[in-house]
Amino acid sequence: MKLGNLWRHLAVAVVAVFVVAACGSSNSSGSASCSESTAKTATSASACGGTDGLIAAAKSEGRLNIIAVPRNWANYGAIIDKFTATYGIPITSDNPDGSSQDEVNAVQSLGTTSRAPDVLDIGKAVTLANLTLYAPYKVSTWDDIPTAQKEATGLYVQDYGGYMSIGYDSAKLPAITSVDDLFKAEFKGKVALNGNPKQANAALNGVMMANLAEGGTPNDISKGIDFFHRLKQAGNFSPVQATDATVKNGTTPVVFDWDYLNATHGADVPTWKVFEANNALIGDYYNQAINKNAPHPAAARLWEEFLYSNTGQNLWLAGKARPVRLAAMVQKGTVDQTAAANLPKVTGTPVFLTDAQATAAKNYVVAHWDAAIS
Amino acid sequence: MTKVGRPVLGGRRLSLDWVGTLPFFVYVLLFLLLPTAIVAFGAFFDANNAFTLDNFAHLSRSYVVKATVDTIGISAVTAIVGATLGALLAYAIVTGRPNGVLRRLVVSASGVLAQFGGVTLAFAFIASIGPAGFVYLFFQSHGFDYYAGSIWLFQIPGLVLVYLYFQIPLMVLVFLPALDGIKPQWREATESLGGSTWHYWRHVAGPILFPAFLGATLLLFANAFSAYATANALINQGGPVLAQQIAGALSSEVGAVEPGFAKAIAVEMIVIVTLVTIGYSLLQRRTAKWL
Repeated sequence: MKLGNLWRHLAVAVVAVFVVAACGSSNSSGSASCSESTAKTATSASACGGTDGLIAAAKSEGRLNIIAVPRNWANYGAIIDKFTATYGIPITSDNPDGSSQDEVNAVQSLGTTSRAPDVLDIGKAVTLANLTLYAPYKVSTWDDIPTAQKEATGLYVQDYGGYMSIGYDSAKLPAITSVDDLFKAEFKGKVALNGNPKQANAALNGVMMANLAEGGTPNDISKGIDFFHRLKQAGNFSPVQATDATVKNGTTPVVFDWDYLNATHGADVPTWKVFEANNALIGDYYNQAINKNAPHPAAARLWEEFLYSNTGQNLWLAGKARPVRLAAMVQKGTVDQTAAANLPKVTGTPVFLTDAQATAAKNYVVAHWDAAIS
Repeated sequence: MTKVGRPVLGGRRLSLDWVGTLPFFVYVLLFLLLPTAIVAFGAFFDANNAFTLDNFAHLSRSYVVKATVDTIGISAVTAIVGATLGALLAYAIVTGRPNGVLRRLVVSASGVLAQFGGVTLAFAFIASIGPAGFVYLFFQSHGFDYYAGSIWLFQIPGLVLVYLYFQIPLMVLVFLPALDGIKPQWREATESLGGSTWHYWRHVAGPILFPAFLGATLLLFANAFSAYATANALINQGGPVLAQQIAGALSSEVGAVEPGFAKAIAVEMIVIVTLVTIGYSLLQRRTAKWL
């Protein structure tokens, strides 16, 4: 342990000497590098020797730990590769199929060890329930992020999102024009959710989408539960979790999921289509946060800078997810026009659940879901 | 210095024989007893670390009661059916040549298949006999729709079928040594004393094999009782298996996390397996006496 620390300090010192030597002539304003303890509490890049200092410190840490990030989720694979290619920092990706709560559990159980996750990508409910775990940080593009979509001190910030949709294989099934089409005989045993709504955010919002389509309100999800109960009675509901594999082999040819996830199934099933209901447009964003005990604090902050940079945001867009800086980037002309044009088209007013509505929906689903579909 | 002291020094009391067992006991302590204690202890605390019995009261929630009944049912059925079919298969092997190709083939296949479980096994069934699987499509195109009523693969009967896929090979592996212990001379002795096949099984082989059969069935029960990944890949909704309810209470990202409740369900599972084990040892004591 001691020896390991010694080596790390030595490495940091050596790198720092080189960095200072390299930047000495060009950059005279402040230190061009920042120590581990400075990085841990840095609330912006300028507190860590500016962008160059942050990059140098991140490189000397030499690694970034991420968790519960599937490569095929909203273009994460390309984002991971681009980050490593740009900064030469390898990424350890743990438990890629884990849930937001698994991320928080890992932060708590791994504590200050070197294996703890540096950064978190978490849903709203889990974010709000664990506010003591994050380090506040404002990325350099902070001003572009709408106020309603960030915590004022940068404890957590929304990053990318989309709308609930129903994806289906148009070669096997008739076109879907309303949520009630799912009761047709052709859909027998074919309609699946992406996960269990008691556990997975995407699935809970799938139930909420059905709820809104059936005339329910965001305050009361009971009509959504009733919808799936009737779907089960009709024999059309499939209890299998929709994954890339079950979509590809045709076991789940109809899937409630975020539009950016549904859209990616087109790569495996060319006849895959995505239906978004105008009367049931429910949206949600995922948050980014930094673990306050991050073993690689500078790399964690550099990762956030990267995610909210034009490059990072355009990569979300290429994955058909809606980046949080989209409006600002359209205005400034820094948006990837082709990717923006490829976004699933939606009309109607999207609904974003308030914390109280999300909590009420969760409580109702936990109490009633299992009985409704078994 | 007196003579009394010497035997003690050279005698058994200072023997270091137990050192060899130390790694085992340390292992059991660290990886079985300690986690069990942590889980059992944690079940009595709420999210704010205050003492509570609520976690156990929550076990009466209708979906947990249903999962308990379903899990015990699935485990019992797959244990009994798996043990019976596995024992018959093992017997078929034993009656063949001891080093024959058949025996070697079945034993090595069982070794592999007994460990085949989880998502891969579930997906193997989904891809073959599932509603989009090639077997189903073949039968369907020939006028036989075995999912005409409902897609039973994604219901409890499907779970039983998939579990049997690893239960039967496991039974073959654990029951084969017991069958190998049966000597052909015993049968010859029975016959030379005028006994029939029925007498042989009723009074000789049956009583000898019964405790081993019972023990193996219990192992199969525990094996099915603790299975999680296979069930979750096949039936993701409704949580028919207790282990899924633990997962639901532990890893919910929609805010339904109840770690204390999850631990209470775990304690419930430990209690059920303990009860079954006690029942088994009582039964075995009786059969041993009868023997």
